[in-house]
Amino acid sequence: MLKRTPLYPAHRELGARMVEFGGWEMPVQYRGVIEEHLAVRHAAGLFDVSHMGEIEVKGPQAEAFLQELCINDVHRLVNGQAQYSAMCYPTGGVVDDLLIYRFDGEHFLLCVNAANTDKDFAWIEEVLGDCDFSAVKCRNVSADFAQLALQGPAAATLLARLTDTALERITGYHFYEGLVARVPCIISRTGYTGEDGFELYCHPEAALTLWRSLLEVGGDDGLLPAGLGARDTLRLEMKYPLYGHELSPEISPLEAGLGWITRLEKPSFIGREALLRQQQAGIPRRLVGLALTEAGVPRAGYPVFHQGEAVGVVTSGTLSPSLRQGIAIALVRGDLGRVGTPMEIGIRQRRVAAEIVKTPFVRK
Amino acid sequence: MEFPEDLKYTEEHEWVLVEGDLVTIGITDFAQDSLGDVVFVELPEVGVKVEAGKPFGVVESVKAVSDIYAPVTGEVVEVNEELPETPEVLNTSPYEDGWMIKVRVSDPGELDELLDADEYREFIEED
Repeated sequence: MLKRTPLYPAHRELGARMVEFGGWEMPVQYRGVIEEHLAVRHAAGLFDVSHMGEIEVKGPQAEAFLQELCINDVHRLVNGQAQYSAMCYPTGGVVDDLLIYRFDGEHFLLCVNAANTDKDFAWIEEVLGDCDFSAVKCRNVSADFAQLALQGPAAATLLARLTDTALERITGYHFYEGLVARVPCIISRTGYTGEDGFELYCHPEAALTLWRSLLEVGGDDGLLPAGLGARDTLRLEMKYPLYGHELSPEISPLEAGLGWITRLEKPSFIGREALLRQQQAGIPRRLVGLALTEAGVPRAGYPVFHQGEAVGVVTSGTLSPSLRQGIAIALVRGDLGRVGTPMEIGIRQRRVAAEIVKTPFVRK
Repeated sequence: MEFPEDLKYTEEHEWVLVEGDLVTIGITDFAQDSLGDVVFVELPEVGVKVEAGKPFGVVESVKAVSDIYAPVTGEVVEVNEELPETPEVLNTSPYEDGWMIKVRVSDPGELDELLDADEYREFIEED
């Protein structure tokens, strides 16, 4: 039985096409992926992301525990700040990528991928059992939160109509607890589209009110409800990794281009030794951005060739709605990262010309 | 959703316009609606032999790749050359501007296997 978010009735009213995603019945599109995608790039889009998981970490050793659990440097966070991070296995493979919200030094909230929530929670409990962090209390609080993502250049203007919170004081990767349409929310200036925007966490019972208020206040300015289809094409244009595609237990964060959040200078964290060894030995594969120079649509799983030799695989691909061109993220041999390198993608019986390009594919 | 009465249909959601031993083939309104934004179309060349039930082309939406199956066996005698340049026409005009290929049928008996508009509509509703 698929789980449904509290916004399910709104999706049905809007005529959304629903699909299974990570154990949830979610809207993939309302009017159309391309229209919703372009609304987010040019005005704003509203996403139901209530399927995402939330895990609360509390206690006097909460910060020290997260420092051991996650690859980024949790000590850099101040109260009211969010950080992009990941958890690794001792092998260096990725358990999940996540956002860490710091309320104070003894209270953190992790936002994790829907399909991974139970796995992540079990992993966190296992690590807690093995380490000496007995004062840390972790709870899977996913059922306590609905989450809406308001994304696009108009997001701040639209949100300001429903809140007294001074949004200009919430800079990127920071959050504030305030009221939106009289609904208590965590207002976080984060997102997964490459646009300015907010992620709003609220009580599930208030989610419909919040959703409808936002659509009402933004409709005349081009705000559209946007589904998982547009969310995927938007994140792909930015080369943001998606768990199960660019990240997995078999792919290290260094291979996935997440060296910038992999703080090997930290004295200790789970996976550090394996990642250090990988860095010293040379990173065997890397994620690159490919743009097709001929017509075609690359898809996950298609083989990638260089000078006739198989050198990797597409992890995500689509026709970019912004560029009207086939784009792909591919995991290729580690020595092939240079922009301009000619490549080919095997699309059915053809080999279609592509080249390594600078990412993000779409520059803001 | 439209199901023109003068067309025949398949359970794979192709439509067929029969004019003697020459048929025109495309995908149905239901098919284009299910696919969403069509962004790429791959069609065979004139002269290619197609076989009933075997794929002859590909339609891609933003999200997915779909094979298009030949409703009949025969030889491709004409191809909608404009379609690969403007694949979005499949969304706006699936029964007219979005036609895909014309085939000279080698086994006219196969045409009897196709669904009429009512049967196709029922098939979709049951699905």
